[in-house]
Amino acid sequence: MPVAKVNGVEVEFEPGMTVLQVAERAGEEIPRFCYHERLSIAGNCRMCLVEVKPGPPKPQASCALPAADGQEIFTKTPMVEKARKGVMEFLLINHPLDCPICDQGGECDLQDQAMYYGRDESRYLENKRAVEEKAISPTIKTYMTRCIQCTRCVRFVTEIAGESEIGLISRGEDAEIITYVEDAVTSELSGNLSDICPVGALTHRPWQFHYRPWELKKTFSVDVMDGMGSSIRVDSRGAEVMRILPRVHEGVNEEWLGDKSRYIVDGLNRQRLDRPYVRRSGKLTPASWDEALDAVAAKLSASSPDRVGVIAGDLQDAESMKAALDLFRALGSANTDCRQDGSALGGGAERAGWLFNSTIAGIEQADVVLLVGADLKREAPLLGARLRKGWLANHVTVGAVGRAVETTFGVKQLGGGLQSLLKLDKDFVRLMEGAKAPAIIVGPGALSREDGPQVLRAVADMAKAYNVVRPDWNGLNFLHNAASRVAGLDMGFLPGAGGLSAREMLKPGALDVLMLLGADECDASASSAFKVYVGSHGDRGAHGADVILPAAAWVEKPGLYVNMEGRVQMGERAVFPKGEAKEDWAILRALSERLGKTLPYDSHDQLRALLMAEHPSFGRIDYVPEAAQPLDLSSLGDRKLVQKAEDTGAFASPITDYYLSNPIARASVIMAELSALRVKAQAPMAAE
Amino acid sequence: MMMQRIGQAVRGAMLLDVWGAIGLSLKYMARPKATVNYPFERNPQSSRFRGEHALRRYSNGEERCIACKLCEAICPAQAITIESEPRPDGSRRTTRYDIDMVKCIYCGLCQEACPVDAIVEGPNQEFSVETREELYYDKERLLANGDRWEREIARNLRIDAPYR
Repeated sequence: MPVAKVNGVEVEFEPGMTVLQVAERAGEEIPRFCYHERLSIAGNCRMCLVEVKPGPPKPQASCALPAADGQEIFTKTPMVEKARKGVMEFLLINHPLDCPICDQGGECDLQDQAMYYGRDESRYLENKRAVEEKAISPTIKTYMTRCIQCTRCVRFVTEIAGESEIGLISRGEDAEIITYVEDAVTSELSGNLSDICPVGALTHRPWQFHYRPWELKKTFSVDVMDGMGSSIRVDSRGAEVMRILPRVHEGVNEEWLGDKSRYIVDGLNRQRLDRPYVRRSGKLTPASWDEALDAVAAKLSASSPDRVGVIAGDLQDAESMKAALDLFRALGSANTDCRQDGSALGGGAERAGWLFNSTIAGIEQADVVLLVGADLKREAPLLGARLRKGWLANHVTVGAVGRAVETTFGVKQLGGGLQSLLKLDKDFVRLMEGAKAPAIIVGPGALSREDGPQVLRAVADMAKAYNVVRPDWNGLNFLHNAASRVAGLDMGFLPGAGGLSAREMLKPGALDVLMLLGADECDASASSAFKVYVGSHGDRGAHGADVILPAAAWVEKPGLYVNMEGRVQMGERAVFPKGEAKEDWAILRALSERLGKTLPYDSHDQLRALLMAEHPSFGRIDYVPEAAQPLDLSSLGDRKLVQKAEDTGAFASPITDYYLSNPIARASVIMAELSALRVKAQAPMAAE
Repeated sequence: MMMQRIGQAVRGAMLLDVWGAIGLSLKYMARPKATVNYPFERNPQSSRFRGEHALRRYSNGEERCIACKLCEAICPAQAITIESEPRPDGSRRTTRYDIDMVKCIYCGLCQEACPVDAIVEGPNQEFSVETREELYYDKERLLANGDRWEREIARNLRIDAPYR
């Protein structure tokens, strides 16, 4: 490997690295504004100047200069310091002195670096430039006077978000960042623009002026808005969650986060169930915990075990599902299901039968990808960003079977439904067969219909035919849109022997008592059972319930979540549950005592320990198998014909609206605004 | 040893200490008084006196505070609580500005930290009350203080301006 000297210390580096990266490898900090590890190099802020020998006798922009063997790099010489001071002075010429009213204040790159590298005081006495504010998006508040033209936002929107809606026009003092029309940024990743902005030009509009960064308590948690399990940081003040920011996790979300995961914070304070309710003479009336639990216990003990059942929702942590499963098994009921959408996945012996096997980071290695009923913009926008990366580098071809949907990368549309899957386009088949790392991504839209098992069988046949599952590569990927799904499948939260599936449980007359554990995406209105809703928000599930047991939302309890690639991640408690609400497992434990089937754990730790003992996969925190997981393809799906392939329509995502796909999001005002602006405004255009 | 005791006895018999004390008293009787007849008379007060807090307004009636929360951050007694959100006209304002005057140690760091001279410690020191609750000041109370004391506060700030 080539070697360079940084301030006299020799450092090895990989060919192709820039001087900035080499200096960083040597532990030297180089100030920068425009340079970002995950974006292309612009080199226009000039803050990263260093002295390089051999080279011209002037400071060089280290972010754009390739390092060379035997190069000497100096980052602390008087010349470099003078250059930085000068650049900083120029940047501050037009930057307003409004840090006290700027939301970026306290976590601002410009503020920090001006303190560290800048001059003590300003010599500039002339008038400062003022720039008009822009309406970029409902999620972004702009103060364009503060902009230092680093163009990070332009590069993010074009490269990662896949929409070229922001640009830089004019030159010199007149240069400004604009969108060509108002509210033009419609990406699901728009919140990241405010994150990468090094100054306060783009800030988060939903949280505008609400907090200062130094007064927030930071809690590490896991996102539950989709199946990705993005790493997040929940910032709270007192009893209230103030904001949610992404954490860097190379294997999952890199450092981005979808808008839904970020801006649902106001949903955590609205429509909350903060006390138990019992339906009396047709109306839900407030009740005490004792009354509510007694009512449920009386119903459960009066019914025969095969007439009671539980459906787990999409946002549940593993521990609460484990407690529910244990309780219903102790009652003797086999009617348990975590697939409220009726997905055909699960039940096999191998975990690979329901995981995203190539792993999220690994999908970047794939060279031919077939999407089957997967709508990445709605179901996992960050996975779409991964595929876009490969598509931009020109090494992946993507084909799609399903309803034509918007994507951030080029897609070859190969038909709509099961029929097109069975008779796949010949050209694409040739591509799949010749691929080095072929991948199939099967979305929930393809597997949650009545013919789900049939589709799964067809996909498994295809995987076999095109050699998608090999000893060194497993490209058969199941995409989940529910954060709790993989945990549920891992612990066997499925119908037991002779048990009913979620779809069967919801039929009228199927059950006497139905417990909805945070399950809001299934329609229980037809069911004639006595319905018990355990959850945090007054949404679809709570409306038809006979007893409501208020539970904690995901930031209000510690919990384990398994993302779609099988990575177990731990979320911490950021704030306490609202009002009288309790953690889900504690509710189920209290209920079990009343039923005389006391669950064998008195604390969350004991429950977690038992879960890990019974299902060892839960004990491996933040671990995802490196090598390809084995998978017996013949075990997947069912060839039994439910419907003729010709009779079925195109695969469509169960998520009709990205911004309103779960109870927390539906309680959020900002999500409703975004939905009205982005989803509903686009609807007529799609119909044209 | 013996001589010392005799000297002490003689001085005692002559009441020397008593005469000295009487002399001192007579000296101070002739001098001007150091005490004042508070509350009818008052000592002069420095322009930097740190008394009761007040939130000031601009001359057009707009409140100065911009909810930057620097006073809250610097307060060593953590006596200040601020909540903020955009006002309907889009400007950054507080929705809550509370000072717990019981916690406050009157150090004056809040007025040092304020970039717009909004929170100040005024010249008023006479705000004793009968219950603890009355010492939990809210924004309304602080703004009313500002309105009441604006003339004195402005004068004090003007006097102090050359030294800041």
